[in-house]
Amino acid sequence: MSELQPFVITAAPLDPVPLVQFVLTPSDGAVVTFAGVARDNFGGRPTAFLSYEAYAEMAIGVLEQLADEARTRWPIGRVAVHHRVGRLEIGETAVLVVVAAPHRQAAFAAAEYIMDRIKEVAPIWKQEHWADGAVEWRE
Amino acid sequence: MINVQVRFFAGHRDIVGRSALLVELEPGTSLGVLWRMLSEQYPRLAAYTGRILFARNQEFADPATLLVDGDEVSFIPPVSGGAR
Repeated sequence: MSELQPFVITAAPLDPVPLVQFVLTPSDGAVVTFAGVARDNFGGRPTAFLSYEAYAEMAIGVLEQLADEARTRWPIGRVAVHHRVGRLEIGETAVLVVVAAPHRQAAFAAAEYIMDRIKEVAPIWKQEHWADGAVEWRE
Repeated sequence: MINVQVRFFAGHRDIVGRSALLVELEPGTSLGVLWRMLSEQYPRLAAYTGRILFARNQEFADPATLLVDGDEVSFIPPVSGGAR
């Protein structure tokens, strides 16, 4: 059985349980799990499904950098970020950001910061497949 | 001359019609100059000028970076995939 990697781009469905187990150490008092989920509309326009594409070799390094950025700002422990690529049906998890810390404030703040930064710089793109058949990169 | 591999993603791949291109360049060509050359060759790329991030060998780089033989480069289309 292969050891869990903290930063992953994968076409396989995401499961938060092993990530929580991975990040938690005995000195942590908090773990925050953020899940970004495929939604059935954008601004009221109905979505049929989503697809994600990544520059995977680069994205993994960027995710590591974003965790390091968070670590310079808050006293946090381990971080794991897993991001899906390929086709996602409505309700499927697109991204998991899991942060452990001795105290909850740092874990909440770091998880939000990492997610915001993913949307700014991680080379991962979302394509909206609208219910009316149109297809559009969200950029 | 130097050879550089350019990788295209998302909207850029749709415009260029392929996910990678091997280009031959004069030594001393910068990332920014290569982008300008590509946006002349593929005019629809020009709409992205000012909205891309530059990458060399899978790390963010300044557009003034000079390319060397064997580099892998990419011009990262905007990634703001949704509201906060």
